[in-house]
Amino acid sequence: MHTPNRQDTILYLNGVSVSFDGFKALNNLSLYIEPGELRAIIGPNGAGKSTMMDVITGKTRPDEGEVFFADHTDLTKYDEAEIANLGIGRKFQKPSCIESLTVYENLELSLSGTRTVFHALLHRLSPKQQERIDELLEIIGLTIERQTTAGLLSHGQKQWLEIGMLLAQDPQVLLIDEPVAGMTPQEVERTSTLLTSLAGKHSVIVVEHDMAFVRSIAQSKVTVLHQGSVLAEGSMDKIQSDPKVIEVYLGE
Amino acid sequence: MTIIQKQSTQRPSLPHPIKTIKLTFLLGIYGFLLAISTFAFAVPESTEPPPSLTNDSIFETALNKLNQKNFAQKNQAITEFSNLKDNRVLNTLIALKEGELFYVKKTKQIGFSEKKEALYVLTDPVTSKIIGEFKKRKIKKISLNNSLRTLIRQTIAGLQLSSQDKQTRLDAATSIIKKPSKDLLPTLEKAIALETDETVLLRLTKARAVINISDPSADVRLASVHRLEGSLLPEIRSLLNAMLIVEDDGSFREPSEEVRAAATIALESINDQVQVYKFAENLFFGISLGSVLLLSAVGLAITFGVMGVINMAHGEMMMIGAYTTYVIQLLMPNHIEYSLMVAIPAAFLVAGLMGIIIERGIIRHLYGRPLETLLATFGLSLVLQQLVRSIFSPLNRSVYTPDWMSGSWEINGALSLTYNRLYIIFFALAVLIALILLLKKSRFGLQMRAVTQNRSMARAIGIRTSWVDAMTFGLGSGIAGIAGVALSQLTNVGPNLGQAYIIDSFMVVVFGGVGNLFGTFFAAMSLGIANKFIEPYAGAVLAKILILVFIIIFIQRRPRGLFALKGRAAED
Amino acid sequence: MTTNDRPVTGPIAHILSLAFDKNDVGGRRFLLILAVVTVAVPLLNMLPETSPFYVSTYTLTLMGKYLCYAILALSVDLIWGYCGIMSLGHGAFFTLGGYAMGMYLMRQIGERGVYGDPILPDFMVFLDWSELPWYWLGFDSFSFAMLMVLVVPGLLAFIFGWLAFRSRVTGVYLSIITQAMTYALMLAFFRNDMGFGGNNGLTDFKDILGFSLQADSTRAILFVITALALALAYLLSRFIVNSKLGRVIVSVRDAESRTRFIGYKVEHYKLFVFVLSAVIAGIAGALYVPQVGIINPGEFSPINSIEIIIWVAIGGRGTLYGAILGAILVNYAKTYFTGALPEVWLFMLGGLFVVTTLYLPKGVIGIANQVKDRYREQASKKQDQQMDSIKTENADTLSVEDPN
Repeated sequence: MHTPNRQDTILYLNGVSVSFDGFKALNNLSLYIEPGELRAIIGPNGAGKSTMMDVITGKTRPDEGEVFFADHTDLTKYDEAEIANLGIGRKFQKPSCIESLTVYENLELSLSGTRTVFHALLHRLSPKQQERIDELLEIIGLTIERQTTAGLLSHGQKQWLEIGMLLAQDPQVLLIDEPVAGMTPQEVERTSTLLTSLAGKHSVIVVEHDMAFVRSIAQSKVTVLHQGSVLAEGSMDKIQSDPKVIEVYLGE
Repeated sequence: MTIIQKQSTQRPSLPHPIKTIKLTFLLGIYGFLLAISTFAFAVPESTEPPPSLTNDSIFETALNKLNQKNFAQKNQAITEFSNLKDNRVLNTLIALKEGELFYVKKTKQIGFSEKKEALYVLTDPVTSKIIGEFKKRKIKKISLNNSLRTLIRQTIAGLQLSSQDKQTRLDAATSIIKKPSKDLLPTLEKAIALETDETVLLRLTKARAVINISDPSADVRLASVHRLEGSLLPEIRSLLNAMLIVEDDGSFREPSEEVRAAATIALESINDQVQVYKFAENLFFGISLGSVLLLSAVGLAITFGVMGVINMAHGEMMMIGAYTTYVIQLLMPNHIEYSLMVAIPAAFLVAGLMGIIIERGIIRHLYGRPLETLLATFGLSLVLQQLVRSIFSPLNRSVYTPDWMSGSWEINGALSLTYNRLYIIFFALAVLIALILLLKKSRFGLQMRAVTQNRSMARAIGIRTSWVDAMTFGLGSGIAGIAGVALSQLTNVGPNLGQAYIIDSFMVVVFGGVGNLFGTFFAAMSLGIANKFIEPYAGAVLAKILILVFIIIFIQRRPRGLFALKGRAAED
Repeated sequence: MTTNDRPVTGPIAHILSLAFDKNDVGGRRFLLILAVVTVAVPLLNMLPETSPFYVSTYTLTLMGKYLCYAILALSVDLIWGYCGIMSLGHGAFFTLGGYAMGMYLMRQIGERGVYGDPILPDFMVFLDWSELPWYWLGFDSFSFAMLMVLVVPGLLAFIFGWLAFRSRVTGVYLSIITQAMTYALMLAFFRNDMGFGGNNGLTDFKDILGFSLQADSTRAILFVITALALALAYLLSRFIVNSKLGRVIVSVRDAESRTRFIGYKVEHYKLFVFVLSAVIAGIAGALYVPQVGIINPGEFSPINSIEIIIWVAIGGRGTLYGAILGAILVNYAKTYFTGALPEVWLFMLGGLFVVTTLYLPKGVIGIANQVKDRYREQASKKQDQQMDSIKTENADTLSVEDPN
């Protein structure tokens, strides 16, 4: 595993450590994502996947280490909202759309644009933005449910809505935590197609347990996390034959 | 997690887990109450030396001679009387000096008189038996003149200073220091010559110095000032201060410059020491306020800190405890000295039961909705206040303070600690320790921690979580009840008693960090002490405001309190 | 409420269209009733006292007081019902607004005070103060005082909110420290040396802008102004909750962390609503003082602030008109019961807290809606049965509770 040049990365995590009350959630973790890359991250429970996402999105401050976005932006200096506005979107494991708003309103709030208070007070959707929402509704297949309160959607629909919200933000980097949990096989397939199509234009990081799904999306690299640091990195085939990985996943 | 694993391995060995839970819980509570009660029972007892009897007839003859018309004869009689080696002499002389020695006009019999309503009760100094009740005009005081008074004072001092009892000698010396008189100097000198005990001797020479400070010789005065260096009695301080007073004509009251300089130095060193004791006293006040805060907050630390339930009726639980004390005292008027020992467990049970009812009736429907819990329990607090107003009237009730809790412990001239505050400090600590033991060592405590850490897991291994909830809430409320007993000794018992403490209690718990009894202790003490140290500069109200503002700002800096639980568990 | 097919017009029209929301049936009813009351009550007050329709000045003032409380409730609904922040310190903003107005009215007394000092209010003369403290300067000017009515509560809310929201104090912690804030203010204002009249507060007002406060006409005008202020506050609040900002604060209420990850600075939004709400509360206080004729530190009492919460809860939070309804209902009950059965009132108020939180999470408005839905449901069922239709699901979805 070599350390690439920071200029060539969109996300650059170097030697990041985080501990909670003596428990090391991240231990000297280094992760480098190139622009347009689709990266799958796997690892057993407690490997530090969520903490890693928290560090990137500003929810958790690292005890040590560097976190850079697009070479020059030090993410440890920004909070969640600022990082989101820099162009890093996050989808949570548990669907967390705004349940008391309609599907349409959820997308409206997520649309990229100015986020200041006074702008919001006088904001009106432009025809272009309305078109964009319609387009997104089409992509996530919720056109009919556009005026439905999000809380009333099925689990799978909520997952889709959240993906739609992520797309509406038009981020450079998408962090996606277990996107296919609770989805039907057809939905899983659609998700995999969608994510694959996003790569190239965006950088996508997918955290997933479902190995079949990971195989279906990961054309390039898979990173295995274990006990807060990178255990292995490489193509799916290489990973699956790595004895260390086999031990972590199948051993014990 | 480890706790829960331990539980699950233990479980199969228990035939009736629920019964055992109840039993251990009750045992825990019992032990808890026992610890508190044994502490509270530690009442100091006073012992009196039995009077030694000499020949009654000799004593009586000498006594009767005291009542002679001629002052010269009286003088003679007093000297003779005081030469009797009899313990009764001293009391009689004191009574004579205080004008409490009377004789019955008809029989000439002498007795100590005590006014009882319109009549005077006379007691025989010989036998200590009551002679009878008399009207004012049937009896007459044994009269004295100034020279006799001096003689008696000297005689009393002499008798006291030559007493076998060390404490009596010390007290006599102290009383001379407080009320110095040149007349006593010879007696004092004699006593100093004979004294062997180091402590008494020091006190005696100090007494001599106090008298000699107005000696005409500057050298004697200077020696006296030196002798008085480091003494903390306010009387001595004012004596020294008086030396430095400038008279109207511009001259100093103390003519010698050397003596004045010495007095200044002595005063400075005294003031330094007084400063130290003032600090100690402030610290004591602070700790005692901290203990009150601790008592009122520790129950909340259980319900809010451990269970996460906002109980705005917590103050009313304290109020219930205080009223329980009041009722218990009404029920046992003849044993009122011991009412507090009954009131402590009673208040625990009454408030605890109330808490269980509240938990079962209201709070359990609102778990996970803290803001709603806050509102509902606030409503409840209004109802409870009004209930008390309807039953006991809106006026404050007076609660009796036992004798052993009144008065104060005088350590030295600059520092004295009141017993009620002292007891409350120990009581608060006892409650805290008992509670920590209950939580850490008892089975109930283990279950409680298991339920708060992982409710569904606890339920899965067979803990009746709802029962534990109710008991935990009952425990928190019960402790509030106990706090109420303590508060009844410090403040007025009225319907608003609880309201006054609820915000403070929340501040303590939040400041200390939720879910941490040590944090609660630390927060209560530091807030109490801080408050008392700000008070002299800012006044009581402003001190309180400053503390509130400080906490408000502190919470902004550390939203989870001083000793917050860190990590992922604490994040949401 | 949304809006993708609304024709594009100018910004003013847009604001008005949000304020006068065509879907806001409850709001329209409320505004209509308010308009009728605003016109009718002062007119009926002008009738001769013998007339059966005569409304006494006492009643008029009482109603004016309720309307002030309604404005206050509206401000709390905005911050609690929509933004999820349960402030237990809104009474403080109300009282500060009241004190700002009270200080103006105090200065208007002039030489008519008991001690006849042209500048110093009576209590200062009583305390042997020789000159006016600096913070009383300027309050002889009505416009300055009115500015302070807005600025003082707003500034306090800004500082407090800026500190609290930035460090992410939320939930009960925030509630408790807002309570501590109003408690600290109460203690402070009780002190004589604060210069606000201590225990007694500010009272014995004579006139406002030259009109005697005792005159019926002044009372009627104050009533009308209060009603107008309520209507304006309602429309402003409606505009805000209908704007995109309104949807952002609802997101903050329901999923604060998610809102952050979408890119909204949650603390800025909270701060905006908190300050706005505090200013509205201050205005309510300023309107309250000339009508009741006194302001004292007791108004800072934590129980007052928590009572506002219960007005809103009983009316139905997150609806705006529900809060207004709740404020008027509870205060009417309070006036009635403290007069007729004073011992019962606290039992009732306490009981209301318990019952509302346990059984009426959506308040009176919630019950009304439930009844309406059930009626609709039954009606549609009947229709369906008549048409022999199998589709009853539609009606069911109508009654599905909002998850919050």
